[in-house]
Amino acid sequence: MGLDSPALAEHVVAAAEPVIPNYGAQSSSCVVHNHLFCTDWVSHNWGPVLWPALRGHILLALVAVSIGFVISLGLALVAHRYGWLERPTMIVTTILYTIPSLALFELLVAPVGPNVYSAEIALVSYTLLILFRNILTGLRSVPDEVLDAAEGMGMSRRQALLRVELPLALPSIIAGLRIAVVTIIALATIVYTIYNEGLGVPIHTALGEGPFKTELIVAGGLAILLALVADALLVLVQRLLTPWTRARAA
Amino acid sequence: MNTADTAHSEGPSAFAQAAELELRGVSKRYAGQREPAIRDLSFTVPAGDVCVLVGPSGSGKTTTMRLINRMISIDGGDILLGGRSVLEREPRELRREIGYVIQQIGLFPHLSVAENIATVPSLLGWPKERTRARVRELIELIDLDPVEMDDRYPAQLSGGQRQRVGVARALAADPPLMLMDEPFGAIDPINRVRLQDEFLRLQDKVKKTVVFVTHDIDEAIKMGDRIAILREGGVLAQYDTPREILTHPADDFVAQFVGADRGLKRLALTTLAELELLEPDRPAADAAANGALSLPRDTSVRDAVSLMLTANGEPVRVLDGEGHVEGLVTLAVVEHLLADEAAAPPAPAADGSSPQIEPSSQGAR
Repeated sequence: MGLDSPALAEHVVAAAEPVIPNYGAQSSSCVVHNHLFCTDWVSHNWGPVLWPALRGHILLALVAVSIGFVISLGLALVAHRYGWLERPTMIVTTILYTIPSLALFELLVAPVGPNVYSAEIALVSYTLLILFRNILTGLRSVPDEVLDAAEGMGMSRRQALLRVELPLALPSIIAGLRIAVVTIIALATIVYTIYNEGLGVPIHTALGEGPFKTELIVAGGLAILLALVADALLVLVQRLLTPWTRARAA
Repeated sequence: MNTADTAHSEGPSAFAQAAELELRGVSKRYAGQREPAIRDLSFTVPAGDVCVLVGPSGSGKTTTMRLINRMISIDGGDILLGGRSVLEREPRELRREIGYVIQQIGLFPHLSVAENIATVPSLLGWPKERTRARVRELIELIDLDPVEMDDRYPAQLSGGQRQRVGVARALAADPPLMLMDEPFGAIDPINRVRLQDEFLRLQDKVKKTVVFVTHDIDEAIKMGDRIAILREGGVLAQYDTPREILTHPADDFVAQFVGADRGLKRLALTTLAELELLEPDRPAADAAANGALSLPRDTSVRDAVSLMLTANGEPVRVLDGEGHVEGLVTLAVVEHLLADEAAAPPAPAADGSSPQIEPSSQGAR
């Protein structure tokens, strides 16, 4: 690791005692000397600390976006058919979206308890505005003449929805999912305040580790990496599902 | 599904059936409007004929078309397709049996050309092999390459190609009736003529009953076996063959709508072969050698007149298929034709293609 530079570390805290009591005795010299990044610390702690946090983080985000997607899709389909539902839904989801996340987490603890449910409720509520709006925009972007042709050829409403409207709404839906996923992966790092899960846990621990930065860097880095990988996967899904969007006059 | 039985085989024989369409006192008033959009509309389109609905905007052309496949509900009267009331039919099942082409085409952008054409067969649950064979046949029919069209999307086609695919898609389940709402309205003039000619050739092969909506009287005259001229408020002004409408317009509205140049339009519908030609003025062999004006017999009279006018009224020799002079046409011959047609009572068209003609002014008032 290029970051593992003795010169720099010594300049920062020369010959310090190991700051993490737990690792004091068997610690490598990298940890003992508080070098900026210790790969051996990461490999030692991958199994007991980092991987469980990453796995928990993925689950938190996946469950939140999935539930948010199902709710938003349902609301968008109803709003698409009955236009009046759009405004109330927009108002409610916008209000939810504006509540400061820490406040929302704390607000939920009283009625729900400091558990996975209040964590997921909070995360889900932040996906609704993005997903609802993008799904509805996608459904509305289907050209009138395409719907007219679908009806004129004898498709039922359901067939038109499944065969025409939803496929054509996919680019907008996936665009919404990308924003929602990245947002939720970032937000899930503060779930630790009410529930001991996710990459927020090692990040929070790291904040108490003074000059020892490895845990902060690796846990924060994992959160960023996770967001990037999830976004890239969704781009890939979009490319596979919507080949027509790249078809242009040859 | 029972509708799948309407077309079983591939090849020209599959195109044989077409159904008669009859409108009986049809009326429609949109909710919240005082005046009806369609008033007591009655006419019959014989099986295999192209009926053009033409009229100014607000005359209910598109409404009439959409009443037929029940995309708009009928308020009064009845519409019979192949002798059976469309009101008895389940609307979606009815629509799958009626080809539907609109001006903006409405191809599905996310489906390949082949998948677009396969839309109705797939709604009808045709087996894959049958659908594939049918799609291939149709793509060839509209002069596109079946292999290429398997994975081409509509965005990769030209406007004219898209419109042809729209027609092929409407023909996919071999429907007995086609509805076409200004199908060539958004195409540039040169390609429009090409598509019109192509459709007429296609129609010659498939012989569908077609209801064709346009606001362009020239297109109506060119495409229609019969023309229904509608006036504002959805009243039928005249229903007749193009020739009868041009020769005997039912009233001032129709005369004005077809235009002051209706004489010329009529000449465009007549070929030299239909004229009473004068005897050739000299031996056949000389004609071409002399460099005298000559035209094949299937030239329109309008083009012949145009040629004669540019040549200071010199007569034109009419050539038969082998290039022999059949006779001579002069401006006087053409004048005779116009005078005779105008004097004749409204009658079946000269080409005899419409045996069961309706009274020309039916529903005019």
